[in-house]
Amino acid sequence: MINSSIRFLELTGMNWLIPLVNLMAGRNPKAQITELFKVIGVPIAAFAIFLLLWSVAAKSIVTSLGNLPGPTQTWAQFESLVEEHRASREKEAAFYQRQKYRNEKRIAKGKEPKKIRAYTGAPTFFDQIFTSLYTVFFGFFIATAIAIPIGIICGLNTTIYTGLNPLIQIFRPVSPLAWLPIVTMVVSAVYTTDDPLVPKSFITSALTVTLCSLWPTLINTTVGVSSIDRDFINVCRVLQLNWINKIFKVVLPASLPMIFTGLRLSLGVGWMVLIAAEMLAQNPGLGKFVWDEFQNGSSNSLGRILVAVFVIGCIGFLLDRIMLTLQKSVSHDKTQDIR
Amino acid sequence: MEHAPTHNARTLLSASFTSLSRKLCGTLLCATLMQAGLAFAETEELELEKEDLKFGFIKLTDMAPLAIAYENGYFEDEGLYVTLEAQANWKVLLDRVIDGQLDGAHMLAGQPLGATIGFGTQAHVVTAFSMDLNGNAITVSNDIWKEMKKHVPHKDGKPVHPIKADYLKPVVEKYKADGKPFNMGMVFPVSTHNYELRYWLAAGGIHPGYYAPHKDDTSGTIDADALLSVTPPPQMPATLEAGTIYGYCVGEPWNQQAVFKKIGVPVVTDYEIWKDNPEKVFGVSNKWAKENPNTHLAVVKALIRAAHWLDQDNNKNRPDAVKILSKPNYVGADYNVIANSMTGTFEYEKGDKRDVPDFNVFFRYFATYPYYSDAIWYLTQMRRWGQIAEPKSDNWYMDIAKKVYKPEIYLQAAELLIKEGKLKKSDFPFDSDGFRAPQTHFIDGITYDGRKPNDYLKKFNIGLKGDTVI
Repeated sequence: MINSSIRFLELTGMNWLIPLVNLMAGRNPKAQITELFKVIGVPIAAFAIFLLLWSVAAKSIVTSLGNLPGPTQTWAQFESLVEEHRASREKEAAFYQRQKYRNEKRIAKGKEPKKIRAYTGAPTFFDQIFTSLYTVFFGFFIATAIAIPIGIICGLNTTIYTGLNPLIQIFRPVSPLAWLPIVTMVVSAVYTTDDPLVPKSFITSALTVTLCSLWPTLINTTVGVSSIDRDFINVCRVLQLNWINKIFKVVLPASLPMIFTGLRLSLGVGWMVLIAAEMLAQNPGLGKFVWDEFQNGSSNSLGRILVAVFVIGCIGFLLDRIMLTLQKSVSHDKTQDIR
Repeated sequence: MEHAPTHNARTLLSASFTSLSRKLCGTLLCATLMQAGLAFAETEELELEKEDLKFGFIKLTDMAPLAIAYENGYFEDEGLYVTLEAQANWKVLLDRVIDGQLDGAHMLAGQPLGATIGFGTQAHVVTAFSMDLNGNAITVSNDIWKEMKKHVPHKDGKPVHPIKADYLKPVVEKYKADGKPFNMGMVFPVSTHNYELRYWLAAGGIHPGYYAPHKDDTSGTIDADALLSVTPPPQMPATLEAGTIYGYCVGEPWNQQAVFKKIGVPVVTDYEIWKDNPEKVFGVSNKWAKENPNTHLAVVKALIRAAHWLDQDNNKNRPDAVKILSKPNYVGADYNVIANSMTGTFEYEKGDKRDVPDFNVFFRYFATYPYYSDAIWYLTQMRRWGQIAEPKSDNWYMDIAKKVYKPEIYLQAAELLIKEGKLKKSDFPFDSDGFRAPQTHFIDGITYDGRKPNDYLKKFNIGLKGDTVI
């Protein structure tokens, strides 16, 4: 039980909880407490120092929107965002109630009831978080679906790799902001339906994420596949495996660790790119929230933007942890220290 | 439910309490149902072609009729489900109305006219509802104000208003002599702000420059003493602070914000440049208006009610309106900044707060009626500054005004509202022929008669007139 929970913690990258588990199990308390102080106490102290420096620095920086908000003001803004979210949900409930009531009246008058409309109010901060998350995952999955097959082909065939390499190297360093206008125009030209399943802005943001998060996965897959032990490939030859079996039974399993390293990098890039794309293209999401607040220029705006900064950071961190866990779970060498 | 829909519920409820039995509403649940019920009570149902609508707006206080029509449930009363969406700038907004992504929008009065005559984007855009009068001001940076102030006459230690551009002229001339361009910001080539800034500058002898679209010169800086360029309204204060421009003309709250941020001083309001000038309109594409006549009517009905609410009983609802506008999804600036101009005062230099009761007019003086003479004034200014390159006959001005401004739709909506008992006949100018009486309250004392646009143009020293072509 103890050992299995320790393994779980190691896998999820929450190594800092291990001493606590050991402590609870009564294993060498003194050493555990020292360890606990090192892995939990030191980061907490560092964070406290950061908060202190922040609040001191914030007081002395005066912008045209007032002082730069310190930790307490930022927290107050977080609470007000939560309050706004709650108020918005209540308005939403009333909105549906009114529709229901009108429909009942229509039915009473012997008319067809109208279809129930989705809430027309503005999205709250928390709605924007989820919009950003859907978008980044959608873009990331498209990127993965393109990058892994191409990566495998490039890894297996040096001629194709030599052919594609210059293209990959040219497109890889392109900033999302350069892609954005082109993606926007192409999407509006190509994606024309009267009743779109998903909004155009969603497609634009997601495709921009795709274009930028494609490359780490592609390159890592290529490297992973091309560096498979020659013996494995030779075994395929001996067993006369067809190409499907070769890829799914040998190539993919052997290169999985590298592929996941690539995926983890891709998701990180995608998340960063998304915020910039949303900001520039005014597409719904956290980026738009930041830009709108900047435009509002109210005395609360800077605090609200700081809340968004922390939320963006925490989500990015969380996404990275999830990918790290996946990466560790597929890694062949379990003793390897992946950070 | 007790914390529920803030203003919306409160205002609707307080209205309903007077007309309906108070006893009925013992419980809060009942209150909500009443709010819904009231919405349905007297409204005559139009056969709507489209019920889900998306309207665009720019973060300016004069978008208020849209926000109020939404928050007070006037759109829902008409059976409309409206989403309001802030747009990045005026060009994006116009393009999205033209290509149908938006059903309609809060527009600059010059936008439907400019689009219809093909200056900039070419498309037939119409309006049946004027959104407000006045509401703009010209702000200069602190440094320019320091220079300008030396020339401004003072009384009791305060500058005498209106401050004319005559006092800015020496400053501009100094910049010119030093070989430095004197840059100023306005929000769009066909915006009220562009014409107001030009009017004010030209009245003080500062040439704001000509456009020459037939020579592909749309910068508007030919022969200019002051170089005007486009900046989106919410970015005006930041651009001024960065020193890219020395002054700007924009709507509220972006002048008051310059005062609060201590980065600039508003010198003159558009009320002083031209008393009760028409400002924004609610614009839709002609195609949309043709396809959705009843929906258009329903929208205009809701907007008229909203405008009426905004000016009702001597502006008593303004503080509530400011609270709504200061929400981040509408204008989003601080309550105090918005309240400064919306509640009948205007702060010039920090601390120099003066009463301007008509700074924002939404309904009084038949503000919402789309007058042909308002349209023609904008056309005269387009001609004056070369956006209309060729000379045009008086009839041409009339024809374009009729093509874009649709008072007949407005009056139809007004009649429905009167029939429903929501407004009175005297609230609307039913006997108007579409022209306001000749208007005299301009900063340079020139009289404007909308029936004689070419004669009007001849009265200006600076500006194209008659047969002149750049």
